[in-house]
This record gives sequence, structure tokens and C-alpha cells, in this order.
Amino acid sequence: MSNTPEPTADYGVTAPVAAGEAPSKFLEVRDLQVQFPTDDGLVRAVDGLSFSLERGRTLAIVGESGSGKSVTSLAIMGLHNRRRTRMNGEIWLDGTELISASQDDVRQMRGDRMALIFQDPLSSLHPFYTVGAQIGEAYRVHNDVSKAKARERAVELLRLVGIPEPQRRVDDYPHQFSGGMRQRAMIAMAVSCNPSLLIADEPTTALDVTVQAQILELMKDMQREFDSAIILITHDLGVVAEIADDVVVMYAGRAMEYGSVADVFYEPEHPYTWGLLSSVTRLDGARTERLQPIAGNPPSLINVPPGCPFHPRCRFGALNGGKEREVVPALEESSPGHFVACHLPVDERRRIFRDEVATSL
Amino acid sequence: MLRYVVRRLIGAVFVLWLISLITFWLFFTLPNILGANPAVLFAGRSPSPAIVAAVSHHLGLDQPFWTQYWHFLSGIFVGRDFGPGQNCPAPCLGFSFINGQPVWQEILSDLPVDISLAVGAAILWLVAGVSIGILSALRPRSVFDRTAMGIALAGVSLPIYFTGLLALSIFTFGPIQIFPNLHFVPFTQNPLSWARNLILPWSCLAFLYAALYARLTRAQMLETMTEDYIRTARAKGLPERRVIFKHALRSAITPIVTIFGLDIGILLGSAVLTEQTFSMTGIGRLAIQSIGSRDLPVVLGVTLFAAFFVVIANIIVDIAYAYLDPRVQYS
Repeated sequence: MSNTPEPTADYGVTAPVAAGEAPSKFLEVRDLQVQFPTDDGLVRAVDGLSFSLERGRTLAIVGESGSGKSVTSLAIMGLHNRRRTRMNGEIWLDGTELISASQDDVRQMRGDRMALIFQDPLSSLHPFYTVGAQIGEAYRVHNDVSKAKARERAVELLRLVGIPEPQRRVDDYPHQFSGGMRQRAMIAMAVSCNPSLLIADEPTTALDVTVQAQILELMKDMQREFDSAIILITHDLGVVAEIADDVVVMYAGRAMEYGSVADVFYEPEHPYTWGLLSSVTRLDGARTERLQPIAGNPPSLINVPPGCPFHPRCRFGALNGGKEREVVPALEESSPGHFVACHLPVDERRRIFRDEVATSL
Repeated sequence: MLRYVVRRLIGAVFVLWLISLITFWLFFTLPNILGANPAVLFAGRSPSPAIVAAVSHHLGLDQPFWTQYWHFLSGIFVGRDFGPGQNCPAPCLGFSFINGQPVWQEILSDLPVDISLAVGAAILWLVAGVSIGILSALRPRSVFDRTAMGIALAGVSLPIYFTGLLALSIFTFGPIQIFPNLHFVPFTQNPLSWARNLILPWSCLAFLYAALYARLTRAQMLETMTEDYIRTARAKGLPERRVIFKHALRSAITPIVTIFGLDIGILLGSAVLTEQTFSMTGIGRLAIQSIGSRDLPVVLGVTLFAAFFVVIANIIVDIAYAYLDPRVQYS
């Protein structure tokens, strides 16, 4: 899978489609809002997020903790408790709108057409059931087969994800697996029904670095095998560069920048993206200056700053003459397939990046 | 697994031996040190020194402690001969000072009461407590949850002699005499009558424990429902019912099983308050009576028996736990 976007018009990033229109993409998220009413106020975890994705491609969602990445993935999977969550907008998966669908319809799609890989494979696997039983269970919910058949499938899947001696390891408990093997087992469980959408929520965070690369490689293999669309939730920009085609940069539940990896990594236009890129280490030692953390903390999602949510932490906010405190910037196309939500004029922010930011990356 | 069980059994035998040693010393030697010869208790009212000496000799109390203890201990396994007409077959725990019956027989005749009480009540409280706990946990802070937990708080706080007497005053002596003339009928004699006479004590005992178990189950369920593997189970597309019973309850029930085993073990040997309230003589009441009449052999026998139940319950719980939680290592 190449990291550069395909030049064909079908693929890649396009302008968000108006609500209600029939979807043209495999996955389309339109103006998604996820809110949690709490005693302290309304938490706006995701506030107007739109993106789309085709099969066989990988979209990375990056951002700091609390930017709404995981909330988005759980919203697509329909895993939010509906009694405690308000959801608006549209999520179209292969022609089905998920937010207005019945809970049971979404449940039947979970694990079958869309699957989730979690961050911590130890706590995400049930400690009292064998790995084989848990994989077989995922297969049996959606396929009317015997336990023996499900077990066979589990062995086959464990072999597929590269577990040695799957015939024997299928009866092991999760605590008998190593961290990397557990994540492989997790992936085996996720792909057991050949899902066309695979969501990986920080799949490598709990693993050591050598295993991380193997797991990423495995995910690419699975994508080729099943022609799946992958949503990769991460804060590891190295991982993004490794396997993603497109990137959504999220901040305070909104998309700040959205485009191909090439656009967002090499021609970033949003000051928040610059901040993220400046705070990454480079192993080749090419970086000459100290790492630049983004000043300040992520905002409270109950009291999101008015105007641009990033303005209190933005080094260039003052250049907008107060507009940044009053008007929420729209996500606008600055070049074909590259969307940025920033008040700075396009030429100005390109100049700032070229002259002030790129030099210290 | 077998090695684990054997090791636990050896440990249990050691614990029981230690308890027998301590209790024997406590009841037959300590009184001597404090100036009260147990033989006096056996010898009747105002005995002459000669009679006391004769009784002491007859009971073997004039022998060194270890000899006495050895006779007592070996008696349990091979029986004991106290003289003509007083042969005590194994397992021998001696004769009652009061009525001259073998202690073993006394305990054995009272045991069915405790087993009936504990087993019946245990089934009731486990089913009721766990079900209520699950329902409460699924709808925390709902009307059902608040009501159930309020009643549970009352159940935990009210002693059996309160709920028991209340129940008796209504259903046995009061306006609705559904269960008049309560008395223990052995199961083997008439199962229906056995159950009819036990429904009140079962319910009162179960009310107390069900309250504890409901609160415990609720807390355990609420905790497991937030686990990552529950989210995984949902992400697989499992129906909610399966998520709750196959995934959440499976984890939540494990500590409850442990406590359940111990509770039954303890209850078997010390359901004193329940027995007393419902006038049923089990070994708890036997213990109280023999303490009152200073019937040392019976007190000793009952103590050993109660300890035996707790130790056995402990082993069963440990083995069950190793079976329930695959992460537990046998070695």
C-alpha cells in the first residue's frame, strides 16, 4: 500500500457532502456531533466532524488526548450508551445510516461489517475464556456454525495473524500470550467475519517498539486480504506516516486539518498541526532545535473557547484581529483535497509555515 | 491440580490438629491451672475429695497432659474404652458429663438441623441475592435499584432474632397462621413436612444473607460492566443478554462463590441465633447448652466440628477458585 494518495478522482479526500444526500463513498461521516450530558454541563466530545473513506484505504485520526478520537470510533461502532449520549449528524456505512438505525441493526453490523481493535489487548480480552473461544464467539454471532467449525475458524485466523502453533495456542488463556500475541489475537477476532471497516484505536500504544512494527505490518496484510477500510486512531505521527493515506487532525472535537498524508505532513497549514509536528522526535537526528511542545492544555469540552477552539494556545491567533475569539473557522478547501479550519489567510499561513515552522522541524 | 488438592488437604489436617490441641488444653488443662478440676463437674453436687480423685482417675485427668491428649486424639480414630460398659467406638469424642451420651452421637443427631437450615437458606439467598444484584446493577439509581438497595440495607442491619421473631409473631402465632406449631422434622421422615417447617427459618436467614449478596453482586457487576473486555464483547456484536450473563456475570460471580462457600461453612457450625429463635436444636444450640452446663466434652466436640466445617469449606472454595479463574496457579 503506497503512502501517497491515488490520483483517481474516486479516492482521496473530497468536500463534505450536504446532509441527507445519498452517499457516494463507502464510509461517510457528516457533521457528527457526540455530546454527553453530565452534572457539570454538556460535554461536546465531537462537534461537527465530517470525513469519508473508501475500501482499501486508511484514514488516520490524530490529536491530543481528549480531542474526540476514540469517541468518534465508538460512535461509528454504536458503542455509546444511548441513554447517556446525544448523537447528531450522519454516519453512512456502505449505504446504511447508523445513527438513525435501530440498536439491534447496528449490533448485527458490529463485528460483522465493522470491527474494532483496542489499545490494551490484555484488558480487552476476557481473562476467563480461552483465546480460541473468544475468537470463535465473534465468528459464531454472525455465522450459524457449530462450535467445532468456529474453533477451526479460530485456528485458521490465529495462523493468519502469525501465531505459531495455532492448533495448540487456540486453547490458551489471554494471560498465557505475550503482549504482541494478544494484539494479534485481538486482530484475529476483529477480522473473523471479514469486516469491510476496521477501526484500530491506538493498536500499538501498549506494545513495545519492535512489536509495533509487526502489528502495523499485520494490519496492512489484513487490509489487503479483506480489502478493508481502516480508521486508525493514534497520537503517534510516525505510525500515521507509516500506514495512513489520509489524515484528520482533531482538536476539541473538531477537524482542524484534513487531507492526504503528503498534504498534512509536508504542507501543513494549521498552527495546531505545526505544533503536533514540532513535538515529535526524529530518530535520524535531523532536528536541530529542541522539541517544541504546544503551550497550554487541551480545552475543557464543557467550556470550549469561543471562536476558534485553538486560539488560546495559538501563536498566530493575534494576527486575526480578534476574529479568532468570535468566529468559529469553517473547514475550507485550501487546495484540492486539503481542508483547513483556520482564520489566517491561505497565503499568510503558507508563508509562516515555510519561513518560521518548517525550518525547525 | 491433584498435587494442589493434596497439599491443601495436608494443610487442613494440620490446622485441625492444631485446633484440637489448643481446645483440648483450653478445656481440660487450663481449668486445673486456674484451680477448677473438670472432674468436679462430672462428679455431681458437693463430691467428697475421694470421689473427685476417683473420677479424675476414671477420666484420665490425673495423667500428664500429653498422655491425656494422646488418648483423646487416638480415640477419634480408633475408639476409646473408659471401663466396663463405657466403650466409646471411633470416632470417639468422649461422653457428655450431663447425660452420659457419646458426644459424637449428640452432634450427629443435631447435625441434620444445621444442614437443612444452611443448604435451604443458601439456595434461597444465592438465587435471590444474585438476581436482585444483577437487576440493580443494570439500572443503577433506578427506582428498582434504590428500593432493592434500601431493603438490602435493612436486611443487613436487622438481626435474625428480630426478623425471625417478627415472622413467627405473624405466621406462627399471629394473624396469618400459615406455619403453626413449628418443629424440626427430618427430611428422611417426611420431606414435605420438613420443608414446611423450615420455610420461615430459611426465609429469615436468606433475607439477611440475600441482602449482603445483592449488595455484593451489584458492586461486582457495576465494576465488571466498565471493563474493557465488556466493550470488546459488545464490539463483537453480541446480544446484550449474552454480554451480561456470559461475560460480565462470569467475572462478577467469582468472588461471590468464594464468600458463598465460607458463609455456608461458618453457618453449619454456628447458626445459633437462628436455631434459638426457631427453637430448633442444631449444634449451635447444643454448644450454648453445654457451655451453660459446663459439659466440657460436648463443648470440645462442637468446637472441633465447627472448625472442621470452616476448614473444609475453605478447601472447597480454594479448589473452586482455581477452577473458576484460569489465572490462578495450582503450583
